[in-house]
Amino acid sequence: MTDATASGLPEARSQGGASLLQQDALMKRRNAAEARFKFYGIAAISISLITLCVMLWTIFSDGVSAFRQASLELTVTIDPERLDPEGDRSLESLSKVTTIGYGNLLSGALNDYMAERNISVEGVTPKQVGDFISRDAPARLRNMVLADPDLLGQTIRFSTFASGRIDGYLKGRVTMASAERDSNITPAQLQLADRLVEAGVLTSAFNWRFLTNPDASDQRPESAGLGIAIIGSLYMMFLVAIMVLPIGVAASIYLEEFAPKNKWTDIIEVNISNLAAVPSIVYGILGLAIFINFAKLPASAPIVGALVLTLMTLPTIIIATRASLRAVPPSIRDAALGVGASKMQTVFHHVLPLAAPGILTGTILGLASALGETAPLLLIGMVAFVANYPASPLDGGFFDPATALPVQVYSWASRSDPAFIERSSGAIIVLLAFLLAMNIIAILLRRRFERRW
Amino acid sequence: MNDMRIVERDVDTQKAKITARGVQVHYGTTHALKDVNVDILDNTVTAFIGPSGCGKSTFLRCLNRMNDTVASARVSGEILIDGENIYDKRVDPVQLRAKVGMVFQKPNPFPKSIYDNVAYGPKIHGMTRNKADLDEIVESALRKAALWNEAKDRLNAPGTGLSGGQQQRLCIARAIATSPEVLLMDEPCSALDPIATAQVEELIDELRASFSVVIVTHSMQQAARVSQRTAFFHLGNLVEYGETGTIFTNPTDPRTESYISGRIG
Repeated sequence: MTDATASGLPEARSQGGASLLQQDALMKRRNAAEARFKFYGIAAISISLITLCVMLWTIFSDGVSAFRQASLELTVTIDPERLDPEGDRSLESLSKVTTIGYGNLLSGALNDYMAERNISVEGVTPKQVGDFISRDAPARLRNMVLADPDLLGQTIRFSTFASGRIDGYLKGRVTMASAERDSNITPAQLQLADRLVEAGVLTSAFNWRFLTNPDASDQRPESAGLGIAIIGSLYMMFLVAIMVLPIGVAASIYLEEFAPKNKWTDIIEVNISNLAAVPSIVYGILGLAIFINFAKLPASAPIVGALVLTLMTLPTIIIATRASLRAVPPSIRDAALGVGASKMQTVFHHVLPLAAPGILTGTILGLASALGETAPLLLIGMVAFVANYPASPLDGGFFDPATALPVQVYSWASRSDPAFIERSSGAIIVLLAFLLAMNIIAILLRRRFERRW
Repeated sequence: MNDMRIVERDVDTQKAKITARGVQVHYGTTHALKDVNVDILDNTVTAFIGPSGCGKSTFLRCLNRMNDTVASARVSGEILIDGENIYDKRVDPVQLRAKVGMVFQKPNPFPKSIYDNVAYGPKIHGMTRNKADLDEIVESALRKAALWNEAKDRLNAPGTGLSGGQQQRLCIARAIATSPEVLLMDEPCSALDPIATAQVEELIDELRASFSVVIVTHSMQQAARVSQRTAFFHLGNLVEYGETGTIFTNPTDPRTESYISGRIG
């Protein structure tokens, strides 16, 4: 009827009588290409899964033992003669006795116990018996006595960690063979350990202190814990969340919905994309220069770490937020503008609620990557050895020195004692648990806010 | 020729609601609309017809300044509504759109309840003092849009859960809830089945009593059924504008005749 249709149609492909039951050569090639592509895909996914399994298996097989700890249950008589030579129970005279005195007391208690039960192994000196006790114990006992001088003269049950090597022996990390080459432990001591386990003095149990204790020195890996690192990481995540979400979302909304499209916004856009690709350590240098050297904020403080991580996370969050704003169908904007909503009302009443799940997911994933960030924190001094817990946020805890989980992993992994390697893997497990929790929150929020249009 | 008219019409004495003079629209380097002059009457359904890309939707979107949201669009010339130039610098397009409502091609209810969809416009324009007033506005808008009977028991159900035709009527209810003076409809029935189309067309005819309705349509039958005046656009030009009966039965321009008889388009 119209002049367009008469000649325009291609002619039907001549089949030359070929059967549909047989594939022609071209079809075979096309199918083979598809099969190859599927194979590549499955192979890639399998390799990633295997790698993931190997990684998780390594981490868990190395790290789970960090959550268990051997400890010794001792009956100690707090001997006033040795601990209070002046006999007046005053704080000054009590503090004159150093941890060495208390160490001798504990070591004596263990030796006495063995003598009582007739436990002995040839070639183990009383001093070597004393090495079973963590170097942490004398200080703890001393603090107990200084806090409560009435303990003098009493006989108390005192539970203490066993030293790192003995702990390692119970977990299978230290063996008779490795003890032969180890200057810190002898095979005879390990035999004694077996006897003590039989006697029920040396036991192994779940170790909550791994999650609550502060870091410890190279000499006593058994008492090192993640307490300060967990607090530091939580403080930083809180600060990053409250800084990055408003700034990131406001910037994205402005750029996506309000800003004119000209060369200035183009430049800003390109720069945001580039900033997302800047190595994180560069942000560490920036933080060191601006927040610590120029603004004179305290080093090693969660507030500085949070500021650096905020700067680092912002580009990622802005990109994710803009993507989810862009994904809101334009018909919704038209509908709102069509009934006479202002631009601002359109964005806040209609576009933002629809983009919220995407924004929240992007933000939480950005926070998760910030949680695992190590390099910038090294530069602002969060790798320092911190022995005191930061105060609560209301008492200025954000400005107190702290460390962070990934930094703790790094610093333990670089120490010489193998007990720290185990703890490093244990810290990775805690970090993974945090990340898993954040991802679950992201999924739940997504479900909660997701709406169809 | 009078006996060839499709519907008996009595529109010649009505006053012009919208007057367009020398309207030109450019999208970047494309000249989308060339020198359009037209008077759209009050209480009349005016249909814009023409082949795809002829500028009819562009012109419709000029009437409530929806083209402002397209960064590359430039509009010149003047469009007067009740004698006021809507492209005057002092005019806030947001205020204008409360006066000139719009229904889009694809039903686009907000992902909220039916009630909230209709109540949104009155709420943001501060048209009510209390909940009772708002309820009344919602009910009357839904009644005018012939949706009340179907929706009254499920006002809190999501608007997106309605069928396509119901959604489009919900969008019409939403547009008329702000009591506009002009209602623009951009191919409101293109996504609807014949039954829903018939309902919407009936509705358009009823709405004529209170508004000046401008409808863009690809269906010439629809234009003939619902409109009193028809404008034919071709390649950005307003080719012919007049009473619907005259345009369809006795067009003066050969291009109009070709289009109506199906030779171009």
